[in-house]
Amino acid sequence: MTVASNTQSSTQGKAAARAGDAPSRASRRRGRAATKRRSKVLTYLGLTLAAVVAVFPLLFMIFSSLKTDSQIFADLGTPRAFLPVGDLSLDNYEGVFNRVPAGRFIANSVIVTVAIVGLGLIVNSMIGFAISRMRWKGKNLILSLVLATLMVPFETIAVPLVFWVAKLPSIQWAVDGFLFKQGMLNTYQVQILPYVANALAIFLFAQHFGDIPKEIDEAARVDGAGWWTIYRKIVVPLSGPTFATVAIITMLPAWNSYLWPLMVVQQESMRPVSVGMQYFFQLNPVWGQIMAYGTLITLPVLIIFVIFQRSFVQSLAGTAVKG
Amino acid sequence: MPASTTIEPTRDVGKQRSRSSAARKEARTAWLMASPALLLLLLFMGIPILLTFALSFTNARLISPNPPEFIGLNNFIRAFSADPTFIRSLTNTAFFALVVVPCQSGLALALAILVNQKVKGVTAFRTMIFMPVVTSMVVVSILWSFFYEKDGLFNSILNTLTGGGWTAVAWLNNPGTAMPAIILLSIWQAVGLHMIIWLSGLQGIDPALYEAAALDGVNGWQRFRYVTWPGLHSTMVFILVTITIAALGLFVQVDVMTSGGPQDATSTLVYHAVRKGYREQDMGYGSAISLIFFIAVLAISLIQRRLTREDD
Repeated sequence: MTVASNTQSSTQGKAAARAGDAPSRASRRRGRAATKRRSKVLTYLGLTLAAVVAVFPLLFMIFSSLKTDSQIFADLGTPRAFLPVGDLSLDNYEGVFNRVPAGRFIANSVIVTVAIVGLGLIVNSMIGFAISRMRWKGKNLILSLVLATLMVPFETIAVPLVFWVAKLPSIQWAVDGFLFKQGMLNTYQVQILPYVANALAIFLFAQHFGDIPKEIDEAARVDGAGWWTIYRKIVVPLSGPTFATVAIITMLPAWNSYLWPLMVVQQESMRPVSVGMQYFFQLNPVWGQIMAYGTLITLPVLIIFVIFQRSFVQSLAGTAVKG
Repeated sequence: MPASTTIEPTRDVGKQRSRSSAARKEARTAWLMASPALLLLLLFMGIPILLTFALSFTNARLISPNPPEFIGLNNFIRAFSADPTFIRSLTNTAFFALVVVPCQSGLALALAILVNQKVKGVTAFRTMIFMPVVTSMVVVSILWSFFYEKDGLFNSILNTLTGGGWTAVAWLNNPGTAMPAIILLSIWQAVGLHMIIWLSGLQGIDPALYEAAALDGVNGWQRFRYVTWPGLHSTMVFILVTITIAALGLFVQVDVMTSGGPQDATSTLVYHAVRKGYREQDMGYGSAISLIFFIAVLAISLIQRRLTREDD
């Protein structure tokens, strides 16, 4: 109680002093409302500051991509740097496509990302299903081994992995069928395969599939359904949100990956967007074009993020906590 | 009666046989369903982990006509006694982590408390603060490289704010400012993610505790100190560990912005491992540095175990 009256007197000291030792109920309520209003103003101030700091570099990039270099430098140090004003055009975008095969880079990243997410959903959900709903010897050992790999950051194995994939065979399409080639470097396979099996995704699938009542399986088996049918016709259709979560958490790193493709892709035509951007950055000092390239590979992700904001944030936060 | 007793066992045996064959079939199907993931994990996780250990005791090169030779602990001795860039990378990495971990987690907690307020439009603010998280680190690094240029954004703004009295600094070309510059952009990029994790921790605290505290008439600071903070213990451990591990893995910003320079001021463990093991093709030595990096990460994971166990 003493604490409470302390805060009260500090927020409405004058009113309390006027009313004597025991402030009236009305003045106390008024005081509380004033505190609330003040904390609300402070909250908005803090939120606005944080949002401005978070967003200004992105706004700068997007608007600068529409300006000429001389315009960019002229606007620096003024609020105009963060506004789409002055001599605006899409010339920088044209410049990017003229300088490097940016369309090819984007297509490469789309192929790699779609393959990682698509194959990952199938492969990880299958093992998740086997672990959570079927009886077999060794599944607990498998699950603990899978979870143990979560402790190994990719950076640890990246260098030896290059040594290893340079020796693994890759499959190529030729006119007369499949062709095996020594070494996986400069292929889509080497950009896709290491990211398909994902311990966190397996863990999430196993956890959520385990929440679906097991009686469903028994009923389906009595009706003559096999395990593949139960997986495809019952468990997968019931687990839409889990598939969406896994898709989101595997999509972002796939689209943004840099270290791995940097080491295994030298051929220009196989580069993904991030490596292509670094290459363009070193090649070309025209800032407007660099901003255009950056906008080109960031804006689609930002738009998808804003549309699916809720599930995005939830899945990233949820998996982070569970992992 | 005798008839039924003779029938019962045979029926049981038949059932058992079909049950055990069903069980065998179930196990076979389960292995089949698990095998694609297991094969991929073995090829791209299991074998590379073993290779990291094995190669770090050899003089293997990426492309070489000679097979790798076992050289014992030479790579590790070389790292700690004959490679000043490695020592510099180690201390840079530790410095980066020591600054980033408290700053980023503290800032993220403050933001989480802010976006946890029930005010109108708070979701829009949350979305904006989260935007840098979904932006590629390569894009972020290149963008901020421009901000840090001598005639870039930050110097221009400082010049305007000081009315022309500011002497432009080439932030990334100066050994004293290059690492702080990388630290600043790293915090900016990832703080939104940790804000969201703190937020889910905050929302997991039982509202009844706050009601009880309100009845006791506590002030804002006491409410934070005695209700919020204890309720966030496991979130705190998790955040500290993930930020630390992420900080130890610092690579992209360095590779894009400074290439480890100036004068090794921004070289890090992972950057050095990639430089030696991949760019200079010295796989054995690069693997040894990777292994040292892994031991650091493992030590932190074990400390995390300790801290969370105390909680139970």
